Amino acid sequence: MAATELSISRPDDGVVLLRLSGSWRLSDDIPPAARVHQEVESRPTSRLRFDVSGLEAWDTGLLAWIRNVLQECSARQVDADRGGLPEGVRNLIALSEAVPEKTDTGRGGARASFLVRLGRDTEDLVEGSGEFVRFLGAVTIAFGRLLRGRATFPRTEFATILQEVGANALPIVSLISMLVGLILAFMGAIQLRQFGAQIFVANLVGIGMARDMGPIMAAIIMAGRTGAAFAAQLGTMTVNEEIDALETMGIDPTEYLVLPRILALMFTMPLLALYATVLGIVGGLLVSVTALDVGFRAYLVQTQGALSYADFAGGLFKASVYGVIVALSGCLRGMQCGRSAAAVGEATTSAVVTGIVFIVLACGLLTVVYDVVGI
Amino acid sequence: MATAEKLAPQAHIEVRDLTMAYGSFVVQHDLNFRIERGQIFVIMGDSGCGKSTLLRHMIGLRHPAKGDVFYSGESFWTADDAERERLKRGFGVAYQGGALWSSMTLSENVSLPLEQYTELSAERIREVAAFKLALVGLAGFGDFYPSEISGGMLKRAGVARAMALDPEVLMFDEPSAGLDPISSRRLDDLLLQLRDSLGITIVVVTHELASIFTIGDSSVFLCAQARTQIALGNPKELRDHSDNPKVRTFLNRGET
Repeated sequence: MAATELSISRPDDGVVLLRLSGSWRLSDDIPPAARVHQEVESRPTSRLRFDVSGLEAWDTGLLAWIRNVLQECSARQVDADRGGLPEGVRNLIALSEAVPEKTDTGRGGARASFLVRLGRDTEDLVEGSGEFVRFLGAVTIAFGRLLRGRATFPRTEFATILQEVGANALPIVSLISMLVGLILAFMGAIQLRQFGAQIFVANLVGIGMARDMGPIMAAIIMAGRTGAAFAAQLGTMTVNEEIDALETMGIDPTEYLVLPRILALMFTMPLLALYATVLGIVGGLLVSVTALDVGFRAYLVQTQGALSYADFAGGLFKASVYGVIVALSGCLRGMQCGRSAAAVGEATTSAVVTGIVFIVLACGLLTVVYDVVGI
Repeated sequence: MATAEKLAPQAHIEVRDLTMAYGSFVVQHDLNFRIERGQIFVIMGDSGCGKSTLLRHMIGLRHPAKGDVFYSGESFWTADDAERERLKRGFGVAYQGGALWSSMTLSENVSLPLEQYTELSAERIREVAAFKLALVGLAGFGDFYPSEISGGMLKRAGVARAMALDPEVLMFDEPSAGLDPISSRRLDDLLLQLRDSLGITIVVVTHELASIFTIGDSSVFLCAQARTQIALGNPKELRDHSDNPKVRTFLNRGET
């Protein structure tokens, strides 16, 4: 098959003749339409003609190229003679022009200046915070209704959620918290061994796990596991109009969907944190007994002496706060979700990120408060 | 129509001066129409003209930029929350994709509104739910989850749920989109039957011509270019006698 060729000539004054020959398909090396643009631009032109006698094969490649040339012509008020084109090309081009291009869609156009974008982003941020506050308000009202016993509360679904966020999370929480206990013990041991004070590894692991590491590890696992799941569930429900259906039935989605999830995490998170603490201590025990020559009994007695109920109470309260944060961020992002599959993905990501950021913030804040209060 | 107005001076549903907007982008402005009791009313127009958006305004999912919707003369958007909840209970909505709650079986989907708003015993609720499902041709599917049935069945189950509380108004968002001709015809028959035997008012968003002419008593035509309604009346009359060429072309499938 002959090569793809374009020759541009000027048979008469002001007339440009495009001679297309060979194969003009997408897979061929089609010359850039800019060559025609340059020719038309270089000298005054009033007419453009096509000669396709040498054309052997064509597909969308030719059509898109012709459309580009024709648009350039109409922009420069050059009269393009389509008579020279193959009939099929003429008809398809006519079809593509049947519905005029929509220009008032508000899309595309020049990229907005930095200040405009900054302004828009600030507006979005303000609007986003407004939405967050509204959501928080709706949740508070729903809680109020629950306390007065007037909330629509799906019992069977609550049980399913409890199982999902509680029992089903145990394996991963076991693994991670045990490893964190091991790591804490090893790190402490290296330093403490220099003073022959290996036994204090028990204090380090016990207090560390009970006050902070247990709750925070459980919270971060749950943010990734459950916060993401909540966002995906509610997001998909938004996409499927299931949330709309609830609303038109007069059932408040905050009460029906968000409330049980927050309650479930508020109750299970302290339990998970307690479980994580115990397993962390077991991890520390393993290291101490096998690698540090600390007796099994001595380790336990030392741990018992180091820990007070206040340490546990402080940790469990923190865990409960983290639980609310994880559930809130998951549900908020799910309810805000746009109406597409990509939006569900964004909602999930954003739920985990928001969750973890607020967990760390709350942890810092609560630690300072505990310090001031003296717990 | 004159006699109907004499019998019922108030329209069942009235949309007055309704303007809908997303931010500063006006979708449709100054919509005005009345839907009489026991009518099947069609909202039609080319794609993207705001038909579904209009429905969302009528059922309280989107706030109008201007104007109001009246149900039996009662304002929907100036009412307080409790009042609006009461008005909402007067209509059932069947969504485009069914919008069934995916964590519940079909029977639980239909039962939920009944559990919420009636004092019926669990036994009675089961009976009613089974009957509503049978009415849309889904007898025996009560224990299936929405993910286990076909798209057409989902739509019909959505209709069953919308009918759960025996509402006075049923609203449909694109009921026949994505259905085969037979199922689509069956759905039309169901709507006509519901209107004739229960006397309910039905609002349908659609652009399926066959269905528009079969079921439509009255209709409004929204235009995406003019951004307002450009025709109002019986669809068959509009097809033959509308003075607006765009409406005639649309209703004749482009053949004028």
